[in-house]
Amino acid sequence: MLGSGCKNCKDLEVAVRKTLEDLGVEASVEKVEGPGQIVELGVLTTPGLIINGKIKSTGRVPKNEDIAKWIKEEI
Amino acid sequence: MINYLADVVTYSLFRLTPGTRTADALNFFVYDTVKIFLMLSVIIFAVSIIRSFFPPERTKKILSHKRAFIGNIMAALLGVVTPFCSCSAVPVFIGFVEAGVPLGITFSFLISSPMVNEVALVMLWGLFGWKVSLIYIGAGLLVAVFGGLMIGRLKLEGYVEEYVYQVKAGEVEAAELSWRDRLEMAFQYTLQILSKVWIFVVIGIGVGAFIHGYAPEDLLARWAGRDNYLAVPVAVAIGVPLYSNAAGIIPIVYALMEKGMSMGTVLAFMMSVTALSLPEMIILRNVLKPRLIAIFAAIMAVSITLVGYLFNIIL
Repeated sequence: MLGSGCKNCKDLEVAVRKTLEDLGVEASVEKVEGPGQIVELGVLTTPGLIINGKIKSTGRVPKNEDIAKWIKEEI
Repeated sequence: MINYLADVVTYSLFRLTPGTRTADALNFFVYDTVKIFLMLSVIIFAVSIIRSFFPPERTKKILSHKRAFIGNIMAALLGVVTPFCSCSAVPVFIGFVEAGVPLGITFSFLISSPMVNEVALVMLWGLFGWKVSLIYIGAGLLVAVFGGLMIGRLKLEGYVEEYVYQVKAGEVEAAELSWRDRLEMAFQYTLQILSKVWIFVVIGIGVGAFIHGYAPEDLLARWAGRDNYLAVPVAVAIGVPLYSNAAGIIPIVYALMEKGMSMGTVLAFMMSVTALSLPEMIILRNVLKPRLIAIFAAIMAVSITLVGYLFNIIL
């Protein structure tokens, strides 16, 4: 998860943790907050969501069902 | 139709006598609130769809290694259609510099993006009419091009924090969006903006309605009319701390204009509210040294003031 601590970034974190819990998936969730690191990962608009190294969404808080779909794709 | 609704509320629901101050103020409030919310919903939705085609990842490629002037104009225009909120300003800045977008051109983008924003445009269009809204866009683009050109000319690259130049961006394509994604994002974004600004709009129109109904006609003619040369810089100075409340400020400014504030002063005030903000400067401090922030603020203040004078003369 990439974001510098704005409201949307916090919403994304809540959504991701909730989805993981609902799916019963064990995963390590990492927050990247440094703007330099965020750009190095290829993201310009926060919040961004990367799962297993693949950018899934940027600049918005995706819906829980989309997050669930992406997580399933990556298991 | 909205007129009819406002009349029904004022004269039938509240049983106010036409022509009284209270009736005037309430009528203005109902009419403008309904109109503005309708316009905000439609236009924010449309703008969000357009923006889904211009992610910053694409914009930075277009602007990479562009020459001054042409590049500044393109950056100012792209600033209008590229979506990003102030919380993304820092990564966007780093990404642009890393991609080889010249500093002055990056600034043209950063200036026009918050200044020519859809909420301000709707409010101006709804209250002042489409002409003023177009003038605002034109003046905003002018300031963005000019400010960026100046910063480019002054060769201030040394006042960007060093770490910015060390970032090596990951080369990743922006995720491809389907129409369903675009519509959904636009819908979400519209709701998000409306939920953020509605309270300011209502309060702003409320205060505006009060001024409209109660303040004497020539209240401001002497202080803020076109003959007072201090009015423009004072309006610019007042606008700096009033960030993010553009939605609430425009209806108040509209009422003030009715009471004698001149158009150039109004425009300068609006631009200062949207483009010169303390929170944004604090955010930019992450990537810029204080000296560059000060120069940026000074260039903006001066050019906005000049725009104010210009429109006071020609309008």
